[in-house]
Amino acid sequence: MAQAEKEVLIAVDGLRISATSDEGQEIPIVKGVDFQVHKGEVVALIGESGSGKTTISLAALAYTKPGLHFAGGEVRLHGEDLLTMAPLKQRAIRGAKVAYLAQSAAATFNPALTIGEQVTESAVLHGIMDQASATQRAEELYHALELPDPDRIGHRYPHQVSGGQLQRLMAAMALCGKPDLMVLDEPTTALDVTTQIEVLKAFKKVIREENSAAIYVTHDLAVVAQIADHIVVLYNGEVMEQGTADQIINDPQHAYTKRLMEAVRPRPMAGMGTEVSGDHHRDIDNLEVRAMTAGYGGLVNGEPKFPILKDINVSVKNGHVVGVIGESGCGKSTLARVMAGMLPPARGDIILDGDTLAGSLQERELNELQKVQFVFQMADTALNPKKLIGDIIGRPLTFYHGLKGKEKHQKVAEILQLVELPAEFASRYPMELSGGQKQRINLARALAADPEVMLCDEVTSALDSIVGANVIKLLTSLRDKTGVSFMFISHDLSTVASFADEIVVLYAGRVVEQGPTDEVLEPPFHPYTRLLISSVPEMRLGWLEDTLQKREMAVGIARGVEITAKGCPFFNRCPQGIKGTCDEQVAPLLKLNAGHEINCHLTLEQLNQVETETRLALDGAAA
Amino acid sequence: MTEQIVTPSPTQNAAAAQPKQEEDVLAKLDDFAELPDAAPKRKLRLSWVGKLASLVVAFWMVLVVIGPWLAPHHEMDMDGDDSFMVAHSNEYGTFHLGTDYLGRDTLSRVMYGARNTIGIALLSTFLAYLLGITLGILAAVKGGWIDMGISRVNDAILALPAIMLGLIAIAAFGSSIPILIATAGIIYATSVFRIARALGQDIMVQDFVEAAHARGEGIWYIIKSEVLPNAAMPLATDFGLRLVFVVLFISSLSFLGLGVQPPASDWGSMVRENLAGLSGGIDLEGNTVISYAAIWPALAIASFTIAINLIVDDISARSGGSLAQKMI
Repeated sequence: MAQAEKEVLIAVDGLRISATSDEGQEIPIVKGVDFQVHKGEVVALIGESGSGKTTISLAALAYTKPGLHFAGGEVRLHGEDLLTMAPLKQRAIRGAKVAYLAQSAAATFNPALTIGEQVTESAVLHGIMDQASATQRAEELYHALELPDPDRIGHRYPHQVSGGQLQRLMAAMALCGKPDLMVLDEPTTALDVTTQIEVLKAFKKVIREENSAAIYVTHDLAVVAQIADHIVVLYNGEVMEQGTADQIINDPQHAYTKRLMEAVRPRPMAGMGTEVSGDHHRDIDNLEVRAMTAGYGGLVNGEPKFPILKDINVSVKNGHVVGVIGESGCGKSTLARVMAGMLPPARGDIILDGDTLAGSLQERELNELQKVQFVFQMADTALNPKKLIGDIIGRPLTFYHGLKGKEKHQKVAEILQLVELPAEFASRYPMELSGGQKQRINLARALAADPEVMLCDEVTSALDSIVGANVIKLLTSLRDKTGVSFMFISHDLSTVASFADEIVVLYAGRVVEQGPTDEVLEPPFHPYTRLLISSVPEMRLGWLEDTLQKREMAVGIARGVEITAKGCPFFNRCPQGIKGTCDEQVAPLLKLNAGHEINCHLTLEQLNQVETETRLALDGAAA
Repeated sequence: MTEQIVTPSPTQNAAAAQPKQEEDVLAKLDDFAELPDAAPKRKLRLSWVGKLASLVVAFWMVLVVIGPWLAPHHEMDMDGDDSFMVAHSNEYGTFHLGTDYLGRDTLSRVMYGARNTIGIALLSTFLAYLLGITLGILAAVKGGWIDMGISRVNDAILALPAIMLGLIAIAAFGSSIPILIATAGIIYATSVFRIARALGQDIMVQDFVEAAHARGEGIWYIIKSEVLPNAAMPLATDFGLRLVFVVLFISSLSFLGLGVQPPASDWGSMVRENLAGLSGGIDLEGNTVISYAAIWPALAIASFTIAINLIVDDISARSGGSLAQKMI
């Protein structure tokens, strides 16, 4: 590595940051951290939530979150200590020399101003350039970041562009004033895998072209492997290990780093799902939707005004786990909401244990409601903050099963034990638990109803990898213990692959492929499934470059989900789309072995052929 | 309680390099990594300002209950040597704060007045809350035409100045304490309605309310268990403010002579009655000096209203921040 010759841009030396408790005690948050960022280098800070990675990254702007303060150490930018600098000088550095990119671009942009105004604001404010040259610089950046319509995107408002585009625009905002250092805080965590690739690619290109340096904060090692030169592994405010990306990824030394590696979700592959135990088997399907169409905004001529789902056939077998995947906007949550009765379908049947269910909540019987439980994505908002955990879990017990007093109390303790939490938690409020624990309570409430089917909507998406992996483990054990069937919605294919018996791939409100996990994850693939599979980052250096060479990437990642009235909705992103057929007619159903179904105009031979070609092309590129 | 992640046994060279730290970290991880340290304390503690303010409010509350028994004179007895006198004594007793424009004991009238002013204000505010919350939450939960109907009537009332409405109501129904309470209650219910409705609407779209819907819960359960507990704190904050407004409203009406009717004492009317004293009272030698008979009830109003606001501020600042900060 030529690192030794490169100029040190920022040096963090013995950094300590503390909080002060109500009693006036010092609580150390960051306990003496050292690392350096050289010019033109990306340093990744990785660790679980609570490891202090964001707190440390903010120190590069001489900033702490409210309630925290610097307790010692130095952060030297070009040899000058930022922490002891006068506030006015600190202010001159923020946004000009060091720029910050927050996790959620949607929350960062002001909805009332155009994108262009916001991208150029800090450069102009700091007097680095005048408005005209800033605007010109911004346009260059739009080109470099491969944003659509780069000459005019600056005139749009934030809600007029997609999430991935907004994330890249935030990079433009940070880069506009030509900062020496960018601090990126989990910039791709909230994105779909396909969008994530697009954003990573743009970041990487721009960082290289601008020769700027970056601190990249994330918990995702696979992402880090693609973008970082140097990795700092953090736990509980201390550096566990640091080294070059190559060394950390390929030869981790510290046991904690190895632990993090294990929690990285493996690539989705056939044979990852667990076997269903036969104990709870029944012949009849648990919950099923047939020829179901649903949408929002009321009905116009029997069709929903804003259609989301079209002609869906999905069935959840007893004791099985059905994984539903697709990018955001594909209608995954809508499907679960229809099944739970929260959104009455426009057409089609919902069948529970062989009986047709009413579409709306009001018309369903209490025991029907009890059998189908919906688990919300965000435990933070799904649990009433003013109720004790014991009351939250106890309510379904009273409501459905009439349990009261001591009996209820005992059952609550049992359920808490089932989700691997101590019984004392019954007397806590949701705010007093960590994110993973809240999610367990969220599941426990559904379990308390003693359901037949649990519909889990992205229950692991907001959790970091180790905590998420634990929740999946819990769900697997729950299925084995109780025989509950699950519909597990996620945009993360690896999670679904490790847990589900069957996979349903949704695209733009249609099922494009479904079948047993092992079949769906083996070729032949629907072109969309292949796009999803190849978008899951691998934890090896150079994966990003390899993947971008695949041809489905060229077409697939550049566009978003669009719901179309006719034809196959994937047509405009499909590298093998047949004009005149795919965009006109509804795709026919290809039935393969073991209930594996693909909705595609291509024949089985064509799908298989693509597979061979891709493999050959990749081998050729590698050689 | 352990999280079973397969633990790699610390390997040779790494373990040799930093064995202790690694073991510590892994031990902690296995020891339920996601657990916040201990059950947090939930006791609400007021700052010294809050405590002082609570003392002031408690003092006035005691007077509301037992003021008339503690008062050295009856509120209507014209026992003093003269009107607008400074502190003095005679055969009827001592006049610690002097006398008012009719020679009545100012201290006693302030003590009697606490019951009227604070009592009426509290009752009116409770009435305003009862009406405002019921209708506000109803509008939020039901939506549609019910919401539209109640909201527009509310807007119409809200558009008129409170004091004008009060004058009209009293002109029409006459001035009595029940009319006063009802008038103030209805006028201030309009603002409570707005707050309750807005809070209710925010809470109704939360996931936990949808979860309750999906469970099949009825509307009353949702209001009682999901919506109200979450609206309680902001509404309580507003209660303090609203109480103050009502005190000032009643005092304003009394000042105009339309509130509590003489000879009953009320802080607002006491200020009005004794205004003249500010330009000339009488000391023991018969010289003209400033009489503070108007100042004492004014101070009573100020101390009560400011104290209520300080408590409210303190509670909302403390309960909003401290627990959340501990969780970071």
